[in-house]
Amino acid sequence: MIYYITSVLLILIGMYAVLVKKNLVKIVIGLTIIDAGVHLLLIAIGYVQDATAPIFSTESLTSDKMVDPVPQALVLTAIVIGLGVTAVALALIIRLYDHHKTLNINKIRKLKW
Amino acid sequence: MRKVFAILLLGIFGYYILNTVLNLGFGNEPGTVGKHYLDSTINNIGCVNTVTSIVVSYRGFDTLGEVTVLFLAATGLGAILYDKKSKKREIQHASLIVRVSSQIFYPIIVLLGAYVFVHGHLTPGGGFQGGAIIATGVLLMFMSYRTFETNHNILSWIESLAGILFVSIGFTGLLLGHTFLENFLPHGVPNELVSGGIIPIIYIAVGFKVGAELTTLLDNMLKTIRQ
Amino acid sequence: MIWLSILVFVLCVVLIVAALFAIIQRDLMLAVIGTGAVSVILSILFLILQAPDVALTEAAIGIALTTIIFIITLKKTTRYEE
Repeated sequence: MIYYITSVLLILIGMYAVLVKKNLVKIVIGLTIIDAGVHLLLIAIGYVQDATAPIFSTESLTSDKMVDPVPQALVLTAIVIGLGVTAVALALIIRLYDHHKTLNINKIRKLKW
Repeated sequence: MRKVFAILLLGIFGYYILNTVLNLGFGNEPGTVGKHYLDSTINNIGCVNTVTSIVVSYRGFDTLGEVTVLFLAATGLGAILYDKKSKKREIQHASLIVRVSSQIFYPIIVLLGAYVFVHGHLTPGGGFQGGAIIATGVLLMFMSYRTFETNHNILSWIESLAGILFVSIGFTGLLLGHTFLENFLPHGVPNELVSGGIIPIIYIAVGFKVGAELTTLLDNMLKTIRQ
Repeated sequence: MIWLSILVFVLCVVLIVAALFAIIQRDLMLAVIGTGAVSVILSILFLILQAPDVALTEAAIGIALTTIIFIITLKKTTRYEE
């Protein structure tokens, strides 16, 4: 239960940063925190009480006491994609700073909402 | 005003998402799909790490798309940060302690990465983790030696050959009368290094590809501050 | 078993505190270190939740590579939030 509450709080903290903050790097930090919350939520949904990791490393392990492997595979994909998204966003931020000499989205007029 | 509005919005959103999530229950048995994968991974794939068998075999097409996305991110980042002006490098190395210890640790880190992606079907780990660990080792050298350079030709050749290997294994399965990326090699004995059919080959290819891509990405990022 | 629950509770509290620190801090370098701390604790939590593959990925990518590309960006742009 505590995992669910923590991950929802993380998602909310990240969304607050994305909605309210004016600094572009802060917005990307908010996106990575949303990512972290979603990953924790998915892994916690796949957890089984008193189970082992889904690896049959010894003969005695049986499949009825193992955690769900599907969310783990999904999160594995999502973490790597998250790195790609963050890298491209930060490269765009470097170029924006070269052009406008500021990271404040209120001063970069075309990004205002 | 905007803060109040945002907090109000997030409160409503948080209430509903928490309500939904808490109704799921915690620590229940896996769903039918996960149960099926767990039951059939040894007989169907011959791979003891179920997460690896899902990532590489059951959903191998998804992994091909993921590798493509990572390749596009690395290429796009290089295109965004491309600068025609030739730059003077500042020759200021890190301190002696950092240089000597990174010389000691660099081969060990690369070896650890290679171990992680070669044993991806037996232990936790795999191509993505191993490639990321190798990129971390190269990053250590970038940090300590400002003049350390990677050969971009070799990196792009490694990346291309690994990608071609991945796709051609998929098409070989198609030619032999199976589906795309189906496991067509003999499974072998579970828990041995040579087992799992095509899974070790694909994960080694993914490891090389991800390592080369992440190294290129870091090199392109670091080039911007080394002027 | 009780010690594991206490450890998980402490880790979750520190996770939230680190995320809040990363959001509130005006010095962006410290905020980036805060996101690195979030990744470290997340990696330990994945290990407790029996997901070693994901913990390894988060350790290699979330802690090392994400932090370093943020720091490169800060080096190239400004360190302080106006």
